[in-house]
Amino acid sequence: MYSKKVKLRFVFVIVFLILIVLTTFTVLKVLKDNVVYFKSPSEINLLSEISNKKIRVGGMVKKDSVMMNNNKINFIITDFKNELYVTFSGTVPNLFEEEKGVVAEGFLNDKKFLVADKILAKHDENYMPPEVKKSLGE
Amino acid sequence: MFNKIFEILKIISLSKLTRVIVFSLFVIFLTLGLLESLILSPEDYLQSDAVRIMYVHVPAAWISLGIFSFIAFLSLGIYIFKNKNFVIIAKSFAPSGLVFNLIALVTGSIWGKPTWGTWWAWDPRITSMLVLFLFYILYIASWRLFENDKAEKISSLVAIAGFVNVPIIKFSVDWWASLHQPSSVKILSETTIHSSMLTPLLLMTAAFALFSVLIFLMKYNIELIKIKTKGLDRL
Repeated sequence: MYSKKVKLRFVFVIVFLILIVLTTFTVLKVLKDNVVYFKSPSEINLLSEISNKKIRVGGMVKKDSVMMNNNKINFIITDFKNELYVTFSGTVPNLFEEEKGVVAEGFLNDKKFLVADKILAKHDENYMPPEVKKSLGE
Repeated sequence: MFNKIFEILKIISLSKLTRVIVFSLFVIFLTLGLLESLILSPEDYLQSDAVRIMYVHVPAAWISLGIFSFIAFLSLGIYIFKNKNFVIIAKSFAPSGLVFNLIALVTGSIWGKPTWGTWWAWDPRITSMLVLFLFYILYIASWRLFENDKAEKISSLVAIAGFVNVPIIKFSVDWWASLHQPSSVKILSETTIHSSMLTPLLLMTAAFALFSVLIFLMKYNIELIKIKTKGLDRL
């Protein structure tokens, strides 16, 4: 029904698409460590060696773990399997709170201790008015 | 049969009445959307008024993704079947897609500073949206850089290649650890936005969609005039 040229172009587009998908897939697979924005405390625990490069660790701020003195703030990031102590001096974002998501950027002292120079608050996918949140809490 | 449908669509697209109707609908939806998002909707329990940025950010991102997917679909017809109608439609939709992509990136950045604490992060979702923006630029540039047949071929291949990025954007927040929050409006499971906040979001999406259709109609008319008065390739 269709001319030979149309069929040829059809085959070409299919091959072209498959090649692009495979290339993208391979590149993303190889670069996996760079694609993820942060690592979890459990992934830090599995590291074979501690590099002196900057690293980002994310998870939940553990309940009752935030301690502030002077300009310093100490807290624990948890993924409910492993924990990591973080120390940071400076101001934290407004959304930084216990039992909320956080990403800390800095240098590892050892597998359990991070000296952060930047704290980012993570927001989750829930949006609601304050009254609804209140009634949910009760 | 298809050609007949195209002829009817062409007549509708070219009539002034269509533009007037689309424009009036756009004004109505934008007014309702702004009223809902700025005044009537409540503030968020966590981010308070910053949530209102979302009513521009999310619709803009949706529309830019939708337009790119549509262009990629049309490009299959352009490349394989050399469909001339598709050429004009795809070309005319590109500018509004690019603008909404830019709006999504900029508003995201403005929202990121007060909530996350940073203007920019090389997060999978943000980076893949930036890649989409680059593909939009490549797509539009290829129409400008090449002539007729060559431009059709190259631009459609750019759109088809760029479409691979669309599912990556959609699922980036599920596949990789990212700073960007996962989707709130879901098809298969319950939406995690309170209904009082979902209303302005959907109204603004409708307004933005109508705006892109309006810009499309204007571009479409210009493209047809260009074809009629051959030799004049830029207005």
